[in-house]
Amino acid sequence: MQIRPIFAALRKHRLATFLISMEIALACAVLCNACFLIVNRVQLSHIHSGVDEGALAAIKLTGFDEDRGVDLNARVLNGLAKIPGMQSVSVISAVPFSGSPNNAGITTDAEGKQFAGVVNFYSGGPGSFKALGVHLIAGRAPQEGDYQPVVHFVPDDALVWITQSLADHAWPGVDPLGKEFWVGKPHFRVAGVVANLARPSPGEGGPSTIDWSVFVPSQPGAHFAGTYLLRASPEQLPRVLRDARVAIARIAPDAVLDTTASQSVASLREKFFEQDRTMAGILVGVITAMLLVTALGIVGLASFWVQQRRRQIGIRRAIGATRRDILRYFQTENLLIVTGGIVLGMVLAFALNITLMKFYELPRLPLYYLPIGALALWGLGQLAVLGPALRAAAVPPVVATRSV
Amino acid sequence: MFGYYLDLALRSLKRNRMLTALMIVAIAVGIGASMTTLTVMRLLSGDPVPTRSGTLFYPQVDPNPYSDGPSLPYDMMDYRSAVDLWSAHRADRQALIAHGQLKLTAPQVNLPPLMAQVLSTTSEFFPMFDVPFRYGHGWSEQDDASRARVAVISSDLNNKLFNGADSVGRTLRLKDSDVRIIGVLDAWRPSPQFYDVAGGRFAEGQTGDFYGRPEDVFMPFSSSSDINPAGFTFFTCWSMPKSTGTLQTSPCVWMTLWVQLDSAARVRSYRQFVADYAAQQKSLGRFARADNTQLRSLMGWLDFNHVVPSDVRLQMWAAFAFLLICLFNTVGLLLAKFLRRAGEIGVRRALGASRAAVLAQCLFEAGLIGLLGGIGGLLLTLLGLWLVRRQPVAYADLVHLDTAMFLLTFALAIAASLLAGLLPALRASRMAPGLQLKIT
Repeated sequence: MQIRPIFAALRKHRLATFLISMEIALACAVLCNACFLIVNRVQLSHIHSGVDEGALAAIKLTGFDEDRGVDLNARVLNGLAKIPGMQSVSVISAVPFSGSPNNAGITTDAEGKQFAGVVNFYSGGPGSFKALGVHLIAGRAPQEGDYQPVVHFVPDDALVWITQSLADHAWPGVDPLGKEFWVGKPHFRVAGVVANLARPSPGEGGPSTIDWSVFVPSQPGAHFAGTYLLRASPEQLPRVLRDARVAIARIAPDAVLDTTASQSVASLREKFFEQDRTMAGILVGVITAMLLVTALGIVGLASFWVQQRRRQIGIRRAIGATRRDILRYFQTENLLIVTGGIVLGMVLAFALNITLMKFYELPRLPLYYLPIGALALWGLGQLAVLGPALRAAAVPPVVATRSV
Repeated sequence: MFGYYLDLALRSLKRNRMLTALMIVAIAVGIGASMTTLTVMRLLSGDPVPTRSGTLFYPQVDPNPYSDGPSLPYDMMDYRSAVDLWSAHRADRQALIAHGQLKLTAPQVNLPPLMAQVLSTTSEFFPMFDVPFRYGHGWSEQDDASRARVAVISSDLNNKLFNGADSVGRTLRLKDSDVRIIGVLDAWRPSPQFYDVAGGRFAEGQTGDFYGRPEDVFMPFSSSSDINPAGFTFFTCWSMPKSTGTLQTSPCVWMTLWVQLDSAARVRSYRQFVADYAAQQKSLGRFARADNTQLRSLMGWLDFNHVVPSDVRLQMWAAFAFLLICLFNTVGLLLAKFLRRAGEIGVRRALGASRAAVLAQCLFEAGLIGLLGGIGGLLLTLLGLWLVRRQPVAYADLVHLDTAMFLLTFALAIAASLLAGLLPALRASRMAPGLQLKIT
């Protein structure tokens, strides 16, 4: 295959070649970045929450008198526990994906100088640690005496259970058991480490902080009431939750059931990431339409060139070129144009990524996206040019003898 | 001339239907995507109070007694600063705002209790923000001072509880207290719900909730603090609040103050007033920093909070990148189309048509493609907006195509196709007529 005549022909069609290359370059830049965004969104929506999502649900009550919190807790815990199939009911401040975090900045010294990040505090009543099903990897599980009354928004001086990723962040390379931290005056000591426990709104504060949670065993009371963690077997959970929502009207007529927050953790998760999934869907749509338009553009231009060069093709055929030679000619031509576009497109892709990084919480585009994008566009170009090229190959040598 | 060019353009378009359809579809899809996102963008970045947004301002102070280093003032105010500034009455109008949730029931209405979003504010809220009333009116300054148990409700709540009837004079039970309805709002849906905007810089672009609906119940701040002193939502605290005691004495920011200043001189003097207040509070030992004050205009405050969700921006940029690709595509195809007619153009030139005439003819054809693409683009825009309305976002019900955007769709489509046609048309008009005649 001789490349030089192809270059010569392309030089004659500088403008059209440039246009197609630019189209490919833009498509390459958008394709790489859009795929990267999609993967990011999808990854976020598949994070591991660390709890038994399939077996858990939340009931959230509002509108009750805070002074009657103790009474409400007693009524709800007793009332809901009677529902057949209910494995446990406990008081909790929030569940993962409920979107109502209890955030506070922590420091690893009493003076408040060594800032260690903004973390979420889960207050959990007796039974909640076991019900969540978090995986304990160091230390012991909370015991009866660990549940302290809530003074501020959590107990004032308590043993806490933190996640592995928070431990690695606050005390890198050190055994976190027994370490202390503070939120202003309130003081906490690490008694155990769990593998994962996602924040109620994972993703806020950046992807590295998804797991920065602290579990504080807390005594249910006036300042710690209203949100309950239900556990049932995954098959029974939908019915148990339905029964619980009905029962609340009888057990706690003085409270208002927050229906959007009283869901299974699985549905809360679904809802929480709905927008990310929509966005990923839109981006997939944009990519598809863009690739389609690009392909159709290639088809259109290649068809035009084939028609324009019918006579030359006929002459080449007449002096001995095979159909395969003609086919290869157009395929190689397309390969060259697309390659030119891809080279420019990679530069554009990086420029676009840097711009996006400025405005969005996005990491740098990993390098392996570039060859994948290039392969996709080469494939697209070859596929688009195949039709016109086959038509070119079908031009009979006798065309050479006709005047037009 | 027009009829002749139209005839020529139609003939040319008909000659290669495939290529023509391809160009029209490319323009239509590009325009449809761009106009959908542009319409959403325009709705979200618009002016929520077009009649007087230029005179509305948002003062901020830094009440943190430990504040040091270069930090911006809090997005909201503590009780004492807000009430001090408000009661000085140094602006043309001023309104305090605090948020809360209260259990609401309506006697004689057979509905289970619901949690109502309650906006606690002061009398000038309604005239200052041009809030439309369907029935009744807002409350007076005397009502603020006398802690009157009155309320204004939204049209949504009025529809839900009273089926849209005139409910002025009826009673609502909020927590354990009765309040009398004195006004019902008309349909009012500022976009964004500007008076609730705060904390946008911490939202990481997830600001869709700024476009929610106005609260259900509006009450005098004084009365709602009587009904439920602990029922307000705080924004943030600079140190741990006591679990007992009210927000009024807490180290937290949870109130906002909006002021209306009718002239540049008033703005200057109010800015000075806020600065003087901060200096005075510093000398009293309550503030650590006197220089950390702000007086942002309404639009400036919305900009500062990046109210337009980053996903919407991203969608718009993706759509315009897509339109650009469609345009490159159209340029290439038009080039092919015009150059293929080299012989025909050669004949026209040889018969005396000027370059300008050939250029005009080619551009006319490109414009016609743009017009047809615009019609397709309009249909796709309507489809796109329908899809946006089905998204789980707070602003979904706001999305519609107005006349301006309708016209812009065609303007953009024709402008885009003319731009795409310019280069091929120039090429076509520059061809030497003799050469073309010889070849064919």
